[in-house]
Amino acid sequence: MTQVEKIRQEFPELGERVYGKPLVYLDNAATSQRPLSVIRKWTEMSEKYNANLHRAVHRIADLATAEYESTRDAVRDFLNAGSREEIIFTSGATASINLVAFSFGEAFVHAGDEIVVGEAEHHSDIVPWQMLCERKGAVLKVLPVDERGRLCIERLPELLTERTKLLCVAHISNVLGIVSPVKEIVNICHSRNCAVLVDGAQGIVHEGVDVRDLGCDFYAFSGHKLYAAPGTGVLYGRRELLDQMPPYMGGGEMIGTVRWSGTTYAPLPQKFEAGTQNIAGTPTLRPAIEMAEAMRDPAVLENMEAIKSFMLNRLRSDKRIRLFGDPTDDKDKIPLFSFSVEHLHHEDLALILDKMGVAVRSGQMCAEPLMDRFGVTGMLRVSFAPYNTLQEAEYLMDSLERAIKMLEG
Amino acid sequence: MKTLQEAQSEVIEDFSMYDEWLDKYEYLIDLGHRLPPFPEELKTEDRLIKGCQSRVWLDTTLEDGNLVFRADSDAIITKGIISLLVGVYSGRPAAEIAADDFSFVDRLGLRENLSPTRAGGLASMIATIRETARKYV
Ligand SMILES: Cc1ncc(COP(=O)(O)O)c(C=O)c1O
Repeated sequence: MTQVEKIRQEFPELGERVYGKPLVYLDNAATSQRPLSVIRKWTEMSEKYNANLHRAVHRIADLATAEYESTRDAVRDFLNAGSREEIIFTSGATASINLVAFSFGEAFVHAGDEIVVGEAEHHSDIVPWQMLCERKGAVLKVLPVDERGRLCIERLPELLTERTKLLCVAHISNVLGIVSPVKEIVNICHSRNCAVLVDGAQGIVHEGVDVRDLGCDFYAFSGHKLYAAPGTGVLYGRRELLDQMPPYMGGGEMIGTVRWSGTTYAPLPQKFEAGTQNIAGTPTLRPAIEMAEAMRDPAVLENMEAIKSFMLNRLRSDKRIRLFGDPTDDKDKIPLFSFSVEHLHHEDLALILDKMGVAVRSGQMCAEPLMDRFGVTGMLRVSFAPYNTLQEAEYLMDSLERAIKMLEG
Repeated sequence: MKTLQEAQSEVIEDFSMYDEWLDKYEYLIDLGHRLPPFPEELKTEDRLIKGCQSRVWLDTTLEDGNLVFRADSDAIITKGIISLLVGVYSGRPAAEIAADDFSFVDRLGLRENLSPTRAGGLASMIATIRETARKYV
């Protein structure tokens, strides 16, 4: 049995059948499948450690708190963050970004200030900034991508002014599958006193992330795309900034003392974790991280590379296909491919592929401005995970060919 | 002209000839390809059916007391589905369409074979045809 076959056995959903056919799951960028270790931890949290955190002296509460807090340590190590106080648990990337949009906004953004966002951002990394700008009378600017999907960072120096407070960019776009040059962006921005938020929803899955090496001020991601339970997520923030930011939500656990005359707040990270947390879900991040690390095995990475070159070859050599996100250097591309097929609608293709057992994504993929940029109403997206096989990629392309034949009539 | 019941039975019969879902799709694709061309200038915002994943336009005119529907979509399977509805309901009095319960769609078994979002699109198409008919009654 190959390494990948062994890994597949850890993911029960991958053994499912749809319409009598083996499921070929290629919508991993939307949400990944979950391994048994995650499912077990999730259940275990309900069976053995179900108590509210921090609040009680009883034994089960202690155990639950230990599970939760040791997960924070695991995440700190996974990101190589400076301290555990810099790891805030949220319900996902969206919640993490909204937290920054509110709290960073309250602390640092004033009328006339500027925020820059990448053109390839997910709506979750656009709308919160529009809302912030609306609230504060600030200005939103866009860092464009070129025809191949590459961020035009040579345009960055002219975009940044002394009023630019924050730049927000995806580590890897969920549509283009291209790795952004985050370090370079951070260097340029920091030299101009502009902070950087990285939307790591896709990046955390495909790249080893070292936030201190990247140098970013915030890094946001969701658990469910990284094999963990849905409704879990992380915000990494540099302590110096987090300390200056007011809380996002008020409630239990985030306070020091509460008096009618006024309230003081708890220190980090509790300041940003108001109310009862996802006590069953968040601890699944620990086995999920272990799985992510196990899947960085050379044999597994080699499999991913083989899939990537097979897909790039097939898509680039097909005159009917337009690939969005086609970097000059394949190293910058992850095995995520958004494309359109001449004369055919992405929804039709996705419907027929579905009947063949292949799960893909079609539509705008929460990136309407990017669809407009490329002049399309939507795209077809296939996104691979380390547990996918080359045979599945081949089956996808054969099925796609059949679907095209059918639709052309 | 066939009665509404006859037209519905005919579609159900056609559809039930295919056991395989891929064949049913081929049938819909074929219907889509055969739908008469839809003038570009009618592809306006107010003719768009809301709630569909792909864009679907429905144009309604009154001819000799009957409602005449024309439709189009940029996705061919969706076009096949709206074509099927247009084929059944176009050219009939508004009152007859408004009084129909549209249950023939359930007997087609189409809904169960669409994903929830697409089934939602089908429901929007039906609702639009029904509401349009009611407006003319
Ligand atoms: C790049 C990117 N950012 C943000 C998000 C939002 O993630 P979530 O919906 O899990 O909060 C996604 C998920 O699709 C994404 O791909």
